[in-house]
Amino acid sequence: MEPAIIEKWPGRTYELTIGATKEEGGSRSKKVKLGGMSTLPFLFFEGTIPNPPAVAMEVWDVEPTDWPDVLKNEYGDVLTDPAKWAKKCEEFGCDLICLRLKSADPDLKNSSADEITKTVKNVLSATSLPLIIVGCGNNEKDSSIIMSISESTKGENCLLGVATKENYKTFTAAALSGGHSIIAETPLDINLEKQLNILITDMGFSSDRIVIHPSTGGLGYGFEYCYTIIERTRLAALSGDKMMSQPIINFIGQETWKTKECKADETEKPEWGALKERGVLWETTTSVGYIQAGSDIIVVNHPSSVKEVRNYIQKLMIK
Amino acid sequence: MFIIGEKINGMFKNVSEAIATKNKLIIQELAKKQLEAGADALDVNVGPASADPLKDMEWLITVIREVTGMPLAVDTTKLAVMEKGLSLAGPGSFLNSTSGQKEKLDLLLPLAKKYNSKVIALTMNKSGVPANAEARLEIAANIVAAAMEHGIETENLYIDAVILPVNVAQDHARAVLETIKQCKLICDPPPKTILGLSNVSQGTLNRPLVDKTFLVMALALGLDAAILNPLDKELMDSMITAELLLGKNIYCDSYLDAYRKK
Repeated sequence: MEPAIIEKWPGRTYELTIGATKEEGGSRSKKVKLGGMSTLPFLFFEGTIPNPPAVAMEVWDVEPTDWPDVLKNEYGDVLTDPAKWAKKCEEFGCDLICLRLKSADPDLKNSSADEITKTVKNVLSATSLPLIIVGCGNNEKDSSIIMSISESTKGENCLLGVATKENYKTFTAAALSGGHSIIAETPLDINLEKQLNILITDMGFSSDRIVIHPSTGGLGYGFEYCYTIIERTRLAALSGDKMMSQPIINFIGQETWKTKECKADETEKPEWGALKERGVLWETTTSVGYIQAGSDIIVVNHPSSVKEVRNYIQKLMIK
Repeated sequence: MFIIGEKINGMFKNVSEAIATKNKLIIQELAKKQLEAGADALDVNVGPASADPLKDMEWLITVIREVTGMPLAVDTTKLAVMEKGLSLAGPGSFLNSTSGQKEKLDLLLPLAKKYNSKVIALTMNKSGVPANAEARLEIAANIVAAAMEHGIETENLYIDAVILPVNVAQDHARAVLETIKQCKLICDPPPKTILGLSNVSQGTLNRPLVDKTFLVMALALGLDAAILNPLDKELMDSMITAELLLGKNIYCDSYLDAYRKK
């Protein structure tokens, strides 16, 4: 039965492609298309949703030390080799690889731009999936390596991140020169979110090549604030606000696997059930919440979460 | 807010000269500049001095159509010129305008229906513009009823409560604001409301200030559209700020810039 109230929205979100095939100057076997929605998530009776949300898996260039064993064990011995790790993720069935260049962190290995680009190139040859490449999270360091990352992946149409209010100029210039898209991150503030998009486009960067990271809060750790921000962003886009119409990314894995719910073992919390299932449930449930809010890319860590989330998306994409 | 740029009007000297000398560049430049400044549609009026309004309207629309496909508001009191204009302007353009007199409505509404045009209707009748809101609303209700009879959707009907110059009819501003507010109660979906803004400041010394103050007041009461000068940057800034304060757009520090990037 058709619902009684159907909204007619004047706007739609930008459609964005990540990855480039050989014919397009890249080396990816497939591309991922995002966005283009003319209604809220999965409301097919109201508008069109040409592309399903995409699921990305993280690959780090250092071995994670604080991951719980239930997560580590899924990867076996590949966690020390980003190229092998990426290949493994491709086998797990994700749409995109999210390469996180942790080793650049001055508090960790403080890897140089040369070392970083070598890793990036190794991962590019190991997997044929489109790439999201994010820095270590240190603004200064990320600004110093982003240009060489961008140059070394020219033509691959990657998604580079993360640009913030502090470093967006360097990131935008880098993304422009390498022909990549960019992640714009703001601290859970819809006004700053819009402002950063304007600042980036003021530099001549196309507004349809930005992906918004409105911040990600884990389930039980701020998820509902993020949900509200994403929902408001989507409503603004559908009302025609072009500075809020960009696809949205959320890093679910990094906010999931540090929670006590995904780490505390069964002897400590017997009433919480099996730890093995708990983490995946937590990551899957959080992802599903973000997808319902309007997120376009979900970045997760556990292979079972990839499977569960994709399964869920498939079911909801049936018109 | 939906903005109809007012600059292509033969009552302005540059336009009447352009029409007389068939200087299409002046007209096309005015069209482009208004659209760049934020106009969603362009008013087209040959002006009172035109010797051959039919030919002049045809020429104006033809040269505008060489540079834009945006909606036009065919602004004339002559039936034949209106029909010619609407046929050339294409679907989605505006019939500007009809009054609330039955004989006018019966002549003009079928034209709007035929050419799939939107309709701007003034809340005035044979005896002119009423001084109070009640009488304006009564005319508006008659217009809505006539539109329904002629098969025109009320969403495509723009009620103009007719603002008179503040220096000759000071009481009217409040009546117009009240009419804008109450127009939304006439039917569901309600008709849109529109103002020919610059009339309010005719003959006053600081026209831009009077214009932008009245526009902001009208927006607060729910005004949907206005015929105005989009090249007046301060007027546009006031409009954008008013819409921001009404919660129609999400705030950011560069909200003026953001609005213009839409």
